[in-house]
Amino acid sequence: MSNEIISEIRRDHLLNLLAKGERADGRAFDEFRPITVETGFIESADGSARVRMGDTEVIAGLKMIPGTPYPDAPASGVMSTGAELIPLAHASFESGPPSPDAVELARVVDRGIRESKMIDMDDLCIEEGKEVWMCFIDIYAINHDGNLFDASNLAAVAALRTATVPMEQYGKGEDRPLKTTCVPISVTMAKIGNDLIVDPNFDEGHIASCRLTVATDENGDFRAMQKGGSGGITVAELGRCLDMAVEKGREIRDILG
Amino acid sequence: MSENGITMVDENGMRLDGRTAEEHRPIKIEAGVLKNADGSAYLEIGKNKVLAAVYGPRECHPRHMQNPTRAIIQCKYNMQAYSVGDRKRPGTDRRSTEISKIISEALENVVLTELYPRASIDVYIEILQANAGTRCAGLTAASVALADAGIPMRDIIPAIASGKADGHVLLDLNKEEDNFGEADVPMAIVPGTDEIVLLQMDGHMTREEFDRAIEMGVAACHEVSDIQKDALRRRYSAEGCE
Repeated sequence: MSNEIISEIRRDHLLNLLAKGERADGRAFDEFRPITVETGFIESADGSARVRMGDTEVIAGLKMIPGTPYPDAPASGVMSTGAELIPLAHASFESGPPSPDAVELARVVDRGIRESKMIDMDDLCIEEGKEVWMCFIDIYAINHDGNLFDASNLAAVAALRTATVPMEQYGKGEDRPLKTTCVPISVTMAKIGNDLIVDPNFDEGHIASCRLTVATDENGDFRAMQKGGSGGITVAELGRCLDMAVEKGREIRDILG
Repeated sequence: MSENGITMVDENGMRLDGRTAEEHRPIKIEAGVLKNADGSAYLEIGKNKVLAAVYGPRECHPRHMQNPTRAIIQCKYNMQAYSVGDRKRPGTDRRSTEISKIISEALENVVLTELYPRASIDVYIEILQANAGTRCAGLTAASVALADAGIPMRDIIPAIASGKADGHVLLDLNKEEDNFGEADVPMAIVPGTDEIVLLQMDGHMTREEFDRAIEMGVAACHEVSDIQKDALRRRYSAEGCE
């Protein structure tokens, strides 16, 4: 996401606004765009969610398939997260194998879910050492207006929370809800000049020197983090980001219900 | 005892390999170890063995990646097939793609890329032997290799990970501590300003634990920085020059 051209005029305009404590869309520095979460949108998936965060829109879908467990975890299910930045979502996205940006997005979302132990992996064992459920979470950007990290995290988490294990389809008994525990919520902040803002839109993300994505759990403990971009961040700024991640994480958790 | 019931820190606060919580594994760095590369470095930290090489600034391929205002840094982090317990399938995977990306971003912070419009500075990191902490070892070696190549930089980046195992916040987890541990926090700083240029975290940490991990990591980065400078001094002292 680094080769798009944003005009110098627009850049100056945004910087001038920030200097006055304002953002182009009228938000406060610590304010998310309006968020909507629609679950069960894709009936062919075993769980799905469509998330809108301002003009950013993503769909996450879950597919569960019986497969063989890893030898070092014979009684645990398997999860895998993929993300595609498809050309439909933005002029800068190209078809073909996943770009480094797409790989990073998928891995950051994966890390939040995996490290929070959101999915009860032991519940996904069908026959120890032989067969377990494999969860494939696939995320598609539908419209990119920045902060795909948080929108994708929210879509994946919402899809998982409403997912059904397709027992009948594979002759394993009756369908049942997927067991989930902790819910990781990711909050992304961008540093522009010396300002820190949450939920950067496309233009803000583009002029930011760096970003930090922080996934928290119900207790406000940290489960995953990822810094991106070449700018540096001081320990004091990091502290402010963490405060914001915990506070905003609670707000988003409430939206999810 | 840890969540997994394995003791990794004894009652005196000593770790299985005899280190204290704030101690990193022994580090050895040698600059200028490869003939063909414009700059190179070999690094060991504990049982990790890493080679880094720099080629460039040179023409940027593919050409559509060229930036008309500055050079780009293209880092390729690669784990060799025999570097880990099970054979690692050669080639780029998603993990190495991500690590290459964040290391490139960290290095762009200090390299004066504006001096070389349209060029590419290619950084190759090869993990010969892995024992936890390879991305930090790789970045630390790459910084020395860039300096060895004579690439103008604002500073030389050191990197190290802290983490949590057996309920304790520990510096520079080794393989066992990482496998059975509860969290990992790789980081890199610009020593002149203490700004953090690479930061990841996974696992489970409270705010207090995380703050401690950062404090430990930043302090240790300064120690790594001294070792980097020493390696460069040895390479370019009157005696060491060919």
